[in-house]
Amino acid sequence: MSQRQVLQVFEQYQRARTQFVQQVAELAARPQNVETLRNAGVISLLRPLLLDVAPNIQHTAALALGRLANYNDDLAEAVVKGDILPQLVCSLSEQNRFYKKAAAFVLRAVGKHSPQLAQAIVQCGALEMLVICLEDFDPGVKEAASWALGYIARHNEELSQAVVDAGAVPLLVLCIQEPEIALKRIAASTLSDISKHSPELAQTVVDAGAIAHLAQMILNPDAKLKCQVLSALSQIAKHSVDLAELVVEAEIFPVVLTCLKDSDDCVKKNGATLITEIAKHTPELSQLIVNAGGVAAVIDCIGSCRGTVRLPGIMMLGYVAVHSENLSMAVIVSKGIPPLCACLIEEHEDHIKAAAAWALGQIGRHTPEHARAVAVANVLPTLLAMYMDTHSSGDLQMKTKKALKNILQKCTYLPALEPLLHDAPPNIMKHIIGQFSKVLPHDSKARRLFVTTGGLKKVQEIKAEPGSLLQEYINTINNCYPEEIVRYYSPGYSEMLLERVENYHPVL
Amino acid sequence: MAALARLQARLSGLREEYFRRKRSADEDRKIEYKAAVKIQSWFRGCRVRAYLRYLNRMVVFIQKWWRGYRSRRYFRKMVEIQKRWRGYYVRKYIHNYHALKKYLEAVSVNNEIVRNELQEYAEMKENEKKRKDLEQKEKEKKYQARKMHYLLSTEQIAGVYNSPFRKSPDPMELLLRKSKPLSHRRQQICPRPPTFSMPQALPPIGRQKPQGPFRDTAEVLQQRYKPVEPTLQVAASINSLLEKAREEMKWEEWRNRIHDNEFLPFSSYHKNEKYNPSIHRSGKYGQETYGVKHFREVQPKKWVADKDFQTVLPSIVLFEKFGKTYSRAGQIV
Repeated sequence: MSQRQVLQVFEQYQRARTQFVQQVAELAARPQNVETLRNAGVISLLRPLLLDVAPNIQHTAALALGRLANYNDDLAEAVVKGDILPQLVCSLSEQNRFYKKAAAFVLRAVGKHSPQLAQAIVQCGALEMLVICLEDFDPGVKEAASWALGYIARHNEELSQAVVDAGAVPLLVLCIQEPEIALKRIAASTLSDISKHSPELAQTVVDAGAIAHLAQMILNPDAKLKCQVLSALSQIAKHSVDLAELVVEAEIFPVVLTCLKDSDDCVKKNGATLITEIAKHTPELSQLIVNAGGVAAVIDCIGSCRGTVRLPGIMMLGYVAVHSENLSMAVIVSKGIPPLCACLIEEHEDHIKAAAAWALGQIGRHTPEHARAVAVANVLPTLLAMYMDTHSSGDLQMKTKKALKNILQKCTYLPALEPLLHDAPPNIMKHIIGQFSKVLPHDSKARRLFVTTGGLKKVQEIKAEPGSLLQEYINTINNCYPEEIVRYYSPGYSEMLLERVENYHPVL
Repeated sequence: MAALARLQARLSGLREEYFRRKRSADEDRKIEYKAAVKIQSWFRGCRVRAYLRYLNRMVVFIQKWWRGYRSRRYFRKMVEIQKRWRGYYVRKYIHNYHALKKYLEAVSVNNEIVRNELQEYAEMKENEKKRKDLEQKEKEKKYQARKMHYLLSTEQIAGVYNSPFRKSPDPMELLLRKSKPLSHRRQQICPRPPTFSMPQALPPIGRQKPQGPFRDTAEVLQQRYKPVEPTLQVAASINSLLEKAREEMKWEEWRNRIHDNEFLPFSSYHKNEKYNPSIHRSGKYGQETYGVKHFREVQPKKWVADKDFQTVLPSIVLFEKFGKTYSRAGQIV
């Protein structure tokens, strides 16, 4: 009898603990309760329950702590200060998989807020435990562990280096090959976070043989997985020419081009980013992309999307056009200019407009042919308007000015230059007049057109300092015409004529 | 008058003076004349020389120019050749206009192909998605029909979907007719909440103690689930220690042996061993004697000298006695 009563007391206590911890876990799932829970001192109460005898209480307590720490960084700091992490880490090795999942969830929730908290996690030796979890049999545990590692490695280079030093990268590459999609996603995102900081880290990831597996996974139909895989490949490829060449050797072209047609925006954006990062290193890589038809795919992608999704595609066209005039001509031939003009006009964000202006400038600056192709698309007045607009940001103004200068220095297509004469500020006017002065002396039809469209009149109205470059250009233009015409169009000519009429004595 | 008189007085003196002057002039005349001639001739010579020098310079100038002109014709030819070559080279290799045009055309053709393929791919994906949506909807409809099979119309009462005012029954009615009624068991397949594992089952609470001379439940369980403790006899065999030591020694000896063949003591054991000649010395018809029996080249045509080589060094006496010290049985053939 008495033994049963004694056992009953213990059973009651255990039931009470289980109930408490389950309810706290449920309450912590809702954000509005978290403050109340915190003020009630829930963390110090949950801490001894982590070392409870019954395993279900342990992992429910860990789950509750994870949800609390997930909510905001004050709570995460409280978790760290409450010395909970060493306990978690010590008991991680011998527990069952639910506990491991819950503990990895706590580490992830703490580590995601700031680098200092992540540093605290690293210092209490959690990385080795997480790496041991990565070797576990259960895919849920692996997923939780790699998620936690990903959030830690995201903040800065030292933390990434610490994750790599703990030996996580080969295990992550093994995780990528697992059949579960969620695990693949998380492992790919972790590799992406590790390799984004520096070339050495990216090289470590490459040495573990990640590129081949990532390249295979581009064919997978799951959209989120493709998003992460493309992001990982672009973070690897962005650091140096060798890494970009390694990524290209994994035969991602032309498969990557199908990603640009995917229905998911994230996949399109990351695919375009990957192509941009590869194209920007050397002319040979850009040539490769052009030969594979990448430019056409990117142009279609720009045409079909709206918003920030277009930005990597625009930059890719700019980078390809920068390398050489043949590549620039290839971009023009692939009908690249109309979408860029559309971007310039339609988009509201200044940085996208600035990128489009930059890309147009790079396309048009090589030879008069290129400048003509850009000018024919009637984009110069738009650029000028953006330059003059007071609402544009400084970056946009600078980029449009540079683009205008670059194009104007090579543009010989006079009908496109005409409208600019009327509105341009002096520093742009210099280039426009310079171009006129180069073309007009040789072309009589152009001279005629210049007079009839009122260009000569406008030129006379320009005030330039004598001896400046502008004045020389104006003189060159004036020398192309007979003197009477020049005088006819100079300002104040009508007054001068009237004065002569006044002073004239009629011959009787 | 007075002047005339004065002049006459001075006349003789003047005559003297006149004569003296003439004389001095005469004496110097020759010298001065010669000096004048010399100076003049020297000056004329200078002028002529200057003129000659001038002429010389002009001639040199003309010749220089002419020679340069002559040789520049060759130079011009060379320049022409180089000009043509450079133009050809640049147009062919560095900036090949036609190749560039062809390349750009190829690029646009390729772009068209890629665009078409991507379009097809996108359409295929669209179709797949639509198909999946349709299938999903069909599945939903069928499930709903199975759930609501009781809405089927009977002989007496027309169902909801089979209104008598309609010309033909609603498609839903037809679906209901085709579908099998859903049994209750299927509805219980709902996602179970995560159960917390309890490996160590606690003893049941508050159960009535079974009537009768039974032992306490806790004791019974303890006895039932007691772990096995092997007896000492089972745990250790008789020879275990000795066997283990023997095994150890055996393995150690095996490890330290060079090879597993036994060392045989007398040469009679090796009598029937077959000799394996080395590859280096085996030729077509047996062993090569070159390198062992003689060191001279086999073909006499390749010999450097006609006579045999002489040994320069004296032979070592001790080595002559090799095999002959004790018996002649060890004679080398």
